[in-house]
Amino acid sequence: MAYAAGVDVGSTQSKAAIVDEDGNLVATALDETGANVVQAAEKVYEQALRSANLREEEVDYVIGTGYGRYKVTFGNAQVTEISCHGRGAVKMFPETRTVIDMGGQDTKAISVNPDGEINDFCMNDKCAAGTGRFLGAAAVALDLPLDELGPTALKSDKPVRISTTCTVFAESEVLSWLGKGKKLPDILWGVHQSIATRTIALVRRVGLEEKITFTGGVTLNVAMVKALEDRLGTRLNVSEQAHYIGALGAALFALDHILESRKPAAKAGVA
Amino acid sequence: MMDCTAGIDVGSTYTKCVVLSADGEIIGRTLCPTGFKLGEVSSKVLAETLTDCGLKREDIGYVISTGFGRHQVKDKDAAVTDLTAGARGTAFFFPDTRTILDIGGQTMKASRVDENTKVHSFRLNDKCAAGTGAFLEKTAYYMGFKTEDIGPLLVTSRESVSISGVCAVFAESEVINHLSQGTAPADIMQGAISSLIKRSVQLMKRVRAEPGYTLVGGLLRFRTMVDEVQDKLGHEVNVPDGDLVQFAAALGAAVLGHGRMQQLGTGSGLTVATSVA
Repeated sequence: MAYAAGVDVGSTQSKAAIVDEDGNLVATALDETGANVVQAAEKVYEQALRSANLREEEVDYVIGTGYGRYKVTFGNAQVTEISCHGRGAVKMFPETRTVIDMGGQDTKAISVNPDGEINDFCMNDKCAAGTGRFLGAAAVALDLPLDELGPTALKSDKPVRISTTCTVFAESEVLSWLGKGKKLPDILWGVHQSIATRTIALVRRVGLEEKITFTGGVTLNVAMVKALEDRLGTRLNVSEQAHYIGALGAALFALDHILESRKPAAKAGVA
Repeated sequence: MMDCTAGIDVGSTYTKCVVLSADGEIIGRTLCPTGFKLGEVSSKVLAETLTDCGLKREDIGYVISTGFGRHQVKDKDAAVTDLTAGARGTAFFFPDTRTILDIGGQTMKASRVDENTKVHSFRLNDKCAAGTGAFLEKTAYYMGFKTEDIGPLLVTSRESVSISGVCAVFAESEVINHLSQGTAPADIMQGAISSLIKRSVQLMKRVRAEPGYTLVGGLLRFRTMVDEVQDKLGHEVNVPDGDLVQFAAALGAAVLGHGRMQQLGTGSGLTVATSVA
């Protein structure tokens, strides 16, 4: 049995996925990226190997993706996270036509065809508004752990309208609402709605075609899922494994390479 | 006597108050952090300014508020926009002003004014922290410094490193990268200043800036900001002395108060404001 791996080094977290030669996901691992990106990539890959009970030489091809993909020093090749997210999302949810990827520092909207190839994409990577960082800033301002943001926001009955665009100004706006006596859930639900509005504007730029798959670390936030679903008027495909979709896509590209090289007139190369 | 006026400028970061005597002299000024209770802070800053110049509330014939929180000021006779007040305050210092650049804690404004201090066009950056004092504050914070450390830090800078200045949040990774490469914090801070100035000069171009440049706002306390703007514009600029840079709008509001009193027939008839205490 041959194995292929993908390592997705994101701005905030690093993820690794290993697939067998039938394309089945056999192991995943996740860790904080931190300042030492090379080490983070190695560490998360080792964790995935251990959980799959594999030795490094049993994995034939490794592809790095994500913003730190060139820091995956043990990788055989690199593929952009856009391609990997498209590929991974279609593998996990074959009817996917649009991918919304919300990570720690950027938000992407990707339009894909049934083979998981990219038609178009749009990203918000110049400005922290509408990214996971906006939630992070609210969490810091309100002194709440990240994983409590979603459940707290869902208790809201009268959301506050967040008017600021900039993440920096939102921190003070959140505090000023608190000062005006607004309830925590109402402020937080307002924050989620504001991000949803910005995200949907991004998605419209690539065309909104169902089914929509939501990927990236922010999928763990239940309120973000609900805010997007409310605005879009449709259900999103969300998986508990959603933050591994980029790594899974990378592993599938790695598998392509393995299978390609087995063909008699093999031409090496990765899509 | 009732012929003094007060201007209260409730800014995003600081609230400023200026009291102008009957003959148009600045006789008192104070500022304090705005915080979240705009009504309270404006009453406080007025009370403190009155104490500062030894006057009572009844000595003030007219109070005009300005700034983003102007409508929250309870004790006022009128409210004017910060652009109008700023133009009037700048003309008080430099009557030849034709272009004003105002960089505050959370906004950046460029405006074109005529010889009657009428505002002809303006451009604002108030949606994004990258063009405001908040950008410098965040940069300092990422390096473990406080806002009040920025001034002393800048003095020690030898050269400026390039900071992209597109987003105050994403600047964090850039700052960390520079620090890990051993760049001095002072030089990173200077880089943040340069990127801020680049944005402000762009904003000035969008109002078709003309010579007769005057710079105001809290950030102009840093001398290096002034030098950088002069350098980029290739032209001399006017800057009010010392802490007065922060009081342009509050002062303008107080000057406008004199005008209103005159119209109402209650004032001493201050026409041209000339002196600065």
